[in-house]
Amino acid sequence: MSKSKVLITGNEAIAQGAIDAGCRFYAGYPITPQNELPAYMARQMPAAGGIFIQAESELAAINMVFGAAAAGVRAMTSSSSPGISLKQEGISYIAGAELPAVIVNIMRGGPGLGNIWPAQSDYFQATRGGGHGDYRSIVLAPSSIQEAYELMFLAFDLADKYRIPAIILGDGILGQMMEPLLVDSRLSLVVSERPATSDQQPTTKNWALTGAKGRPPNIVKSFYMKEGDLEKFNLCLQEKYKVIQGKEERFESLFLDDAKLILVAYGTMARIAKSVVQRLRKEGKKAGLIRPITLWPFPQKIFQRLAISDKRLAFLVIEMSYGQMLEDVKLAVCGKAKVEFFGRSGGGVPTEEEIIKKFESLKV
Amino acid sequence: MQKVFGYPKSLRNILTHYCAGCGHGIAHRLIAEVVDELGIREKVIGVAPVGCAVIAYDYWDFDCSEAAHGRALAVATAIKRVRPQNIVFTYQGDGDLAAIGTNETIHAANRGENVTVIFINNAIYGMTGGQLAPTTLLGQKTATTPAGREAKFHGYPLKISEMLALLPAVKYVERAALSSPQEIINAKKAVKLAFQNQIDNLGFSLVEILSPCPTYWGMSPKKALEWMRDVMVKEFPLGRIK
Ligand SMILES: Cc1ncc(C[n+]2csc(CCOP(=O)(O)OP(=O)(O)O)c2C)c(N)n1
Ligand code: SF4
Repeated sequence: MSKSKVLITGNEAIAQGAIDAGCRFYAGYPITPQNELPAYMARQMPAAGGIFIQAESELAAINMVFGAAAAGVRAMTSSSSPGISLKQEGISYIAGAELPAVIVNIMRGGPGLGNIWPAQSDYFQATRGGGHGDYRSIVLAPSSIQEAYELMFLAFDLADKYRIPAIILGDGILGQMMEPLLVDSRLSLVVSERPATSDQQPTTKNWALTGAKGRPPNIVKSFYMKEGDLEKFNLCLQEKYKVIQGKEERFESLFLDDAKLILVAYGTMARIAKSVVQRLRKEGKKAGLIRPITLWPFPQKIFQRLAISDKRLAFLVIEMSYGQMLEDVKLAVCGKAKVEFFGRSGGGVPTEEEIIKKFESLKV
Repeated sequence: MQKVFGYPKSLRNILTHYCAGCGHGIAHRLIAEVVDELGIREKVIGVAPVGCAVIAYDYWDFDCSEAAHGRALAVATAIKRVRPQNIVFTYQGDGDLAAIGTNETIHAANRGENVTVIFINNAIYGMTGGQLAPTTLLGQKTATTPAGREAKFHGYPLKISEMLALLPAVKYVERAALSSPQEIINAKKAVKLAFQNQIDNLGFSLVEILSPCPTYWGMSPKKALEWMRDVMVKEFPLGRIK
């Protein structure tokens, strides 16, 4: 057991978290604002006994992750919005082949080439599947560098446990800012077995491609041609998603007991929302905060409970996008409480003052 | 009585889904025989992407992965990198390897990945109904070149093997054909060498196999073999390229 404190960027903390969580394969293609991440992997992976590949494209990178995951190794890739669009084909195949993999999206402004400034406009893409077919990915949204590091353990564990793609959804601010990080080698948010590495047989991954020695061949595939087979398989996937929805909702909250207006925000946006809530509380205003940590499964239950319990309650959803998480909040609240929205995008970040102004205009 | 001919251990005894006279089944068998002869059945991992051979894993009796259309060499790159002790090969059609997957193909070859590529060139897209492939011959009629391929509009047949042979990291390239018993024996020798190179850690090896698609060439199986011998090999000459 050892502990050390380092000053590190979010991108690098994510990379270190992945390595500490047992990731032994990384493939990526450069795109701002996440370039520190692959550079860190290029430096550190060989020392950790892992593989780093700068792929020729995002398509190649995600399909390399497919291959490494199929071979039983903890594998990940990272990119930013336009690159993630290219990876969607591969993410759909990973979901269809039920492979565990971690995909980091350090979001920037879109659509199209957009710009390199932070945004949260890929929420729909991440939480609704994003690629073709009826699938879901687990989506985790860290709001500090410490949390970004720690969520890498959870991401790999959940990916392995459910054989599902796990997405880390951050933005350019989180990726590029520096904060102190406490690295604790005992850190153990471990849900499932420890990772397989290239030198270890992935003993627990009995579906992995290792060569058919002393067992029937393993096939990694997502293709079901015979009538009815795909429907059966998709129903199994849906069952799995229901289990995940039941067990893996995560969120952080502040002042929910007596709050009359609850700010809802994730990631970087939640840091700003938190300061707003603290400022409002100092003025005696009954503000609260819900910060979803899992965006899929969305933490519905807390919203349902609050909405039913207090008729005068209102939610104010704040995003660096134009009302994407808003839909999940509305679905969870189901008309039982007021849901308001404030968002900016394209690199515009809502300020504390803007949020307070919006808060006051609501007169709660 | 002594049994002199039977199924290779690496080939499953199931009904074929390929058309009469198709080359895929023969190529599958060659790979199975080579895997048996080299004693690598318990180490080999095949990667077969989209195309008529999408269910190649139903025929082979060893570990296999699917890959998205064109991405087999990205998948294979990673499998081989994380499991260098395994023998990894891709089995790709011309649409797959030379059109949608050109990027992955060139870059895996240029990195000199120590994998084996079996490249099935039937000069057409089979699975989707006989459309133009990069390898379609000039004048050849397809669903999307109803008047025949014209260089002015569709470019020339793409010579992937010759192109890859230019790359320093590529160790072995040979073109073979499934057009006669003798050529099939040659094809098997090439496949075996391509696997042996990987076992010997030499680097990227590719065998291009000209293979009949009687269905979309609009020919009888017999005529298809004649066309391969008389016409196709003129565009795609057989033998060792590198
Ligand atoms: C992304 C994507 N685009 C298109 C297709 C449809 N598709 C399936 S097979 C194929 C062509 C296959 O041709 P080839 O690789 O030459 O193999 P063959 O069927 O001739 O053996 C195409 C275009 C697909 N599956 N995925
Ligand atoms: S369409 Fe052509 S390549 Fe496909 S199975 Fe039939 S003959 Fe073979």
